[in-house]
Amino acid sequence: MHDYSTQELMIIAAARQIADGERIFVGMRLPITAYGVARLTHAPNAVGLFESGVARYEPADGMLYTMCDGPNQLGAAWTTGLIQIMGLLSGGRVHAGFIGGAEVDKFGNINTSYIGDIDDPKVKLPGSGGAPDIAAMAERLVIIINHQKHRLVEKVDFVTSPGFLDGGDARTQAGLPGGGPAVIITDRAILQPHGPNNEFHLASIHPGHTLEEVVQNTGWDLKSMPDVGETPPPSKDEMDALHHIDKEGFWRS
Amino acid sequence: MMVAESCGRGDGTINHHKLTSLAEAIAGLVQDGAKIVLGAALENAVPFAATHELIRQGRRDLNMIAPISDISTDMLIGAGCVAEVTGAWVGNVSGGMGHNFRRAAENGQPHPIKINDYSNFTIGMAFFAGAYGLPYIPVKTILGSDILKSNKNIRLDKDPFTGEPVALVPALKPDVAFLVVQRADKFGNSHIWGSTGLTQEASIAANKIIVLADEIVEPEVIASDPSRVLIPGFGVDAVCHVPAACHPAPLIGRWQRDNAFFHNYHKETREPGDFDRWCDEWVRDLPDHAAYRAKLGGQLEELRILGDAPSAPANYATE
Repeated sequence: MHDYSTQELMIIAAARQIADGERIFVGMRLPITAYGVARLTHAPNAVGLFESGVARYEPADGMLYTMCDGPNQLGAAWTTGLIQIMGLLSGGRVHAGFIGGAEVDKFGNINTSYIGDIDDPKVKLPGSGGAPDIAAMAERLVIIINHQKHRLVEKVDFVTSPGFLDGGDARTQAGLPGGGPAVIITDRAILQPHGPNNEFHLASIHPGHTLEEVVQNTGWDLKSMPDVGETPPPSKDEMDALHHIDKEGFWRS
Repeated sequence: MMVAESCGRGDGTINHHKLTSLAEAIAGLVQDGAKIVLGAALENAVPFAATHELIRQGRRDLNMIAPISDISTDMLIGAGCVAEVTGAWVGNVSGGMGHNFRRAAENGQPHPIKINDYSNFTIGMAFFAGAYGLPYIPVKTILGSDILKSNKNIRLDKDPFTGEPVALVPALKPDVAFLVVQRADKFGNSHIWGSTGLTQEASIAANKIIVLADEIVEPEVIASDPSRVLIPGFGVDAVCHVPAACHPAPLIGRWQRDNAFFHNYHKETREPGDFDRWCDEWVRDLPDHAAYRAKLGGQLEELRILGDAPSAPANYATE
């Protein structure tokens, strides 16, 4: 056993994706906690953006159920409209965004819309929200998803938020301005696009997990990057920052 | 569109008070088949009181237009009021899926709905175009997304200047927009603070605006800070004094989010019969929002924000 939970490791891995001074589309739950950790450790000048119309320096003090809750607005850098905040994306001024989804495929395309046929769906998922906009226009995208075979699939039923589409230069050919997905963080491993086809490869395995288990739980023929190793465990500073934010231990189990 | 229809909001006079009950406003301004914006701020200031009243009055074939309006759209679908959903997300922000939305989309219960998929930014651009008289707005954002396949209104084209791909998002012009504001005067001049999502663009794009005010104040209060006005009174058709109209959503500085209510709704609406019972208890069997507040009682009082965190005054003096 480790002195950190899997979710805590995922938060730390997500925090490491944020560089100092960057403007980040944060999102709720795990990513907002990662943003807080990054601010308290290596990225004290990062700026958090919320599509409802909020920009923040310090993460909110207090429990957030949604980005629109009072604590996320008190002391914000900016409370405004959606067009003003998402206009930063459209204007090419956003470095990275975090999103999740029901399904992601080997080219980092994300589905949050329909399982099955569009006209006769097996499951109608809630929909896109602002995720396609973040996926299309942020410099890079960080995808967070649980590592299960039915979630990491060969090809998504519906591309809500575009990754590298059919791979290779398909994304550029489609005219998408942002750089696309840079990393998939799961509860078992970290995946990154590799090679000219931009297919997601195994980059590192979380401590306590095995290559065989990761491959078995991936819905495509997952290949490894040349230097695949173990995901670096959280440092003491990172865990101290996380415990400072997560005083009630929500992420500890 | 006739000039009188596009310009003649209300009765054309500015200093005519527009205070009315929500029931009267909806009876007079919302017809079956209307295109309605309800919940354009995303997860705060959702006009749930209007959701309830639309259900009570039995409106049918509505096209609900909003980026994300939490469980409001799910309620209206379950009550059989909706023919089309135009937006980016329908569900329960606390609980996950919206059971009624799923039943309608997957099984056509209580009847089928047409879904017009947008992303948040593209529906924002559609409102922006509708508000300011632009036929469409070219965007890069939706390129590569299958939303281009599911929503035939958004068209793929080439930028005439560069030859690069663009998606053309046509203007959306709703019939009626509902918005919740912290305070308004009887003429519809109102103050909103906190994030506003697409409230301004959606309201200006709409043909009629119904304001649900948490508090009615003297006109001087609103006039003292015109920078805090999102929609001026001359664009407003009806003003309804409905405290906590946003419940269970929050309203900045007034009401906290009732998170348990969202979770309970999720648990209590799993099956169609469950939803009918929920809807009878919380909507149909209550005559109005005052009765709803009374039913909530202490639960609502616990959500009332009593703290003080005022902004610094802004000086508008001229000399």
